[in-house]
Formats: sequence, C-alpha cells, structure tokens
Amino acid sequence: MSLPGVPTSESTGLPGLRSWRGVYVFVLGVFVLWVVLLTVLTEKYS
Amino acid sequence: MNALDYLVLVGTLVGIAGYGMWRTRGRRDLATYLKGAGDTRWLAIGLSVMATQASAITFLSTPGQGYENGLGFVQNYFGAPLALLVIAIFFLPIYRRLNVYTAYEFLGRRFDQKTRLLGAALFLLQRGLGAGITIYAPAIVLSTVFGWPLNATIICSGLLVTIYTVTGGSEAVTLTQKYQIGVIFAGMVAAFGVLLARLPAGLGFGDALTLAGGFHKLEAVDFSLNPDRRYTIWSGVFGGMFLALSYFGTDQSQVQRYITGASLRESRLGLMFNAIFKIPMQFFILLLGVMVFVFFQFERPPVFFNEAAWRQTAGDKRTAIEAEFAGAHAAERRQLETWIAARHAGDSAAAEAAHTAVVAAHSRADAVRGEAKQLVAATPGAKANDADYVFIGFILRYLPHGLIGLLVTVFFAAALSSKAGELNALGSTTTVDFYRFVIRREATDAHYVAASRWFTAFWGLFAIGVALAANLAENLIQASNILGSLFYGVPLGLFLVAFFLKRIGGTAVFWGALAALVLVWTLYATLSISYLWYNVIGCGACVVFALGLQAVMGGRPYSTAGS
Repeated sequence: MSLPGVPTSESTGLPGLRSWRGVYVFVLGVFVLWVVLLTVLTEKYS
Repeated sequence: MNALDYLVLVGTLVGIAGYGMWRTRGRRDLATYLKGAGDTRWLAIGLSVMATQASAITFLSTPGQGYENGLGFVQNYFGAPLALLVIAIFFLPIYRRLNVYTAYEFLGRRFDQKTRLLGAALFLLQRGLGAGITIYAPAIVLSTVFGWPLNATIICSGLLVTIYTVTGGSEAVTLTQKYQIGVIFAGMVAAFGVLLARLPAGLGFGDALTLAGGFHKLEAVDFSLNPDRRYTIWSGVFGGMFLALSYFGTDQSQVQRYITGASLRESRLGLMFNAIFKIPMQFFILLLGVMVFVFFQFERPPVFFNEAAWRQTAGDKRTAIEAEFAGAHAAERRQLETWIAARHAGDSAAAEAAHTAVVAAHSRADAVRGEAKQLVAATPGAKANDADYVFIGFILRYLPHGLIGLLVTVFFAAALSSKAGELNALGSTTTVDFYRFVIRREATDAHYVAASRWFTAFWGLFAIGVALAANLAENLIQASNILGSLFYGVPLGLFLVAFFLKRIGGTAVFWGALAALVLVWTLYATLSISYLWYNVIGCGACVVFALGLQAVMGGRPYSTAGS
C-alpha cells in the first residue's frame, strides 16, 4: 500500500505456512472454529 | 492472608520488577529506551500486548460476570481477531516502514503536524484521564476485602510500577510483562484446578456443565437481532471489531508494544498470537466464574459477596435475611442431590422433575439475595453490585494459603502490567510528539531519555493522584470513563482516513476531526445512548466531514508537512 509521505521500501518463518495469506486464512479459520464451538456449546446446554 | 501469602505477593511483585530494572540498567539512547533493543521476538510481543490489555479488573470482575450472567460476555471479543488481522495487514507495515516511535508520528508524515498534535493530544487526554482507574479499581476491592488502607495500597502499587517503568523504559515493560502474565496464567489455572477438585463427589465436569446450562449460564452465542440484548454476536463482531481496531491500532499503549519487534514478521506473529488466543482466554475466565456459580449451588455462599458492605447494614434485618437465605439454599441443595442421584440412575424423567425443582428453589434463594442487595443499596455510600467480590470471596474461603497469595499476586501483576504499558506510552508520546517536536528540537539522545524519564514519572504520579482523588469523589471515575469513551471514535476516524482515503489531506481531516468532536459532545449532552455508539458516530463523522471538506476545498489534496 503506497501512501503520501510514506516510503515504499516477507517470509513467515513458519513451517507449513509459508505465505502471510496462509497465516491470515489460518487465523480466520481458528476464529470461525471458536464461534462454531461456542455455538455448539450454547445449543447443547440451553 | 498469612505470612506465606504475603511472602508470595511481595516476593513475586518486587522480584519481577527488580529483575526488569537490573536487566535493562544503563539505557542511554532514545531508540532503546522507547522501543527496546530491536530484538524482541513474537512470543514476548504477543504476551506484552495481552498483558497491556488485561488489567486487574479482567481477572477480578470477569469471573463475577460469568457468575452473574454466564458466558455471553465472550461475544464482546469476537471483533478482536478481525481487527488484529486488519492491523497486521495494513497498519503495521506502515508503522515499521516509517520507523516511528509513536502512532501519531505517522499522522504527521501522512498529513501535517497539526493533525499529528491533535492525535497525540487526544491520546494523552483519554489515556491520561484513565490513568488512575487502572490502579484505583483493584485497590478499592482488595483494600475492602483485606482491610488494607486504601491510600497506602494505591501509593505502593503506583510507585512500584512507576519506578521500574521510569528506570528501564519499554524494554523493562516488555520483560516484566512476560513474567507477570506467566504468574497470571499459573494462578488462574491453579484456581480452576482447585475449584474442580472441590466440586462434590459424584458431580463430574459434564454434570457441572449440564447444571450450569440449566441456569442459562452457557449461552455463549446469541444470534438475536434485538438491539435491547446486551451481548449478541452482531454487536460483538461489529462493535467489538470497531473498538479493537481503535484500541490496538491507534492507541499508543498498544502500538508501542508491537512496534518493538525485531522484524515485521515478529510483530505480525505477536499480533496473530493475540488473534488466536484472545477469545479462548476470555472464555476460560468466564467459565471459571460459571464453575464458581456451580460450586456455590452446593456450598452456601455469603448472601452478599461484599461482606464489609453487608456488615454495615441494619443488624436485625441482616439476621432475618441470612436465616431465610440459609433455608432457601438448603432446600436447593436437597433438590440438587436428588437430581444427581436420578442422573446417575439413568432415570431421565426423575432427573427432569428434580431439575425443575432445583431451578424453582434457586429462584427463591435468588429472591432473598435480591432483598439483601436492596438492604445494602439503602445503606449510605454502599453499592448493591457485588460481582467484583465473587471471585476474591471464593479464593479467600476455599483456596489454601500460598495459593491465596498467588491469586492476589495475579490481581496486582495484572494491574502493574497494564499500568506499565500505559505509563510507557504516555511518557513516549509526551516526549516525542510534544517535547522533542514543539519545545526542544535539537538535543542529545541522553537529554531526550532523561526528559522521557521525567515525563513518565510525571504520568505515574498523576495516575496516583487521580486514584487518590477518586477515593474522595466516586463520580471522578465515572467522568474519566465517559471522557475516555467519547474520545475514542475520532482518533480511529483520523487513522482510517490516513490509511484508506489517499485523496484527503491534512487540513480537511484536521477540521473534520474537530467538527466530529463537537458533534459527539453535542449528542452526549442531548441524547441518552450507549457509549459504544459515540465511538461509531465519532469515527463515522470524522470520515464524512473530512470527505465533505476535501470536496469543498478541492484543488491539491495533500497539505504539506509543517502547515
């Protein structure tokens, strides 16, 4: 992203998640998993 | 608390602070003092971000929230992972590319210097006013429970955090937070383990969850579109994302934690650590409160958890309410034993009937507790809300000595770690955005480090002063909270324009932000709506006004630095 006043000048270091896009998708997946698990908990015990 | 508890408390807190000061002694250059040595790894960053956000109230009040209202509060954190992703993708690379000390330096580079000063001033105003609350809130609870002098509790904890933050700067804050959060996790896990071990024989974890579910304590997710519902997935995802974006992305107390990384990768992974573990951490703390609720269905709790306030009520009424509560609780306990026996016998019809009887008996006990709250509310100066005292009450009655000391250490460690992050940011912003930029532009690094130490000490003493004054005027706390909330939306508007609306210049966004502040204050004076909405209105108005002004002004959009 280039912005006025900001100079314009990438590895993750993670085995199995070599691109940042992969890291972000993984984190989003964990978030969705948490929401699903909490929804299941709510349904099971309500 | 006995001698062992005090040894654990004082030894841990002073030991961590002393170690942090010793490890970071002799820092002389500004970059190291404000941003660390530039070698901080992702786990230290992740824990530092977590420790700065989690204050003592997180660990004192959140279990009480779980006890009273169940797991629904966890939804407030659903927006945090999404906000942290936005910050890692868009905000962080720009902060690192500019090699800034503060987030407001970015506003100066992107817009102009008046916008930078506006952003920094709003931060100092909201964070400076809230400075005392971080110390005051746990001090009032712990001094009430232990009978400690409130002013001495405030001064001791305030001076300890000020001394090590002034001495070691950002590196000392990150280092001490790493150990403080370790103590916090150890204490909370130990409390959870003791709690489960003390549940009645024959009541498994599954039974405990079923029992809690019967009281609607496990309703973690609510898809309702009813705006009157306090916590829903929609307010959590959208409102929570908005608040988290403002807090993690534009508040220097958080920005300073993650720009200290050895590289972009370390800072990003530190943020992703929080995106993954923030929700489970809050869930665990709330579940702890729910399990305390289950525990107290079998062990009779105090009729009112703030026992100091309860003892101040009229004696004859107090005795009558306590006797009535004991009877109601005993009746509930008998029904619970019937329910457990029926469940273990596999008699689902009898279990269902017993469970209905349990809920009815609990309602009677709850009604008596309501009478107790009314009696307390009628006492001058007392508060009817005792949720903050639920967890500490459980700790003092049912945990062994040593562990009591560890849990009280948890509350203080959380207060110190979040306070240190705030003081560090207040000192840095005052030095970099005001002193070095406005008052004295050309001086040595050693001079600016000394200035930063003095400013950090000033904010530390200011926080202690606010906390001591809050003891005299309860409405000061309320006023600080209101001011903090009202000023949170506009800075996010400034940053969103800076990152995503390239055609808008400094003059348009500066006046747009001021107009948005006036609008928020006007609405606050005339409407009665949730504070959350003032954040949304402030941010939205800032963006819309800036767009409108830029359209009216036309011409060259970018104001030059220094204008």
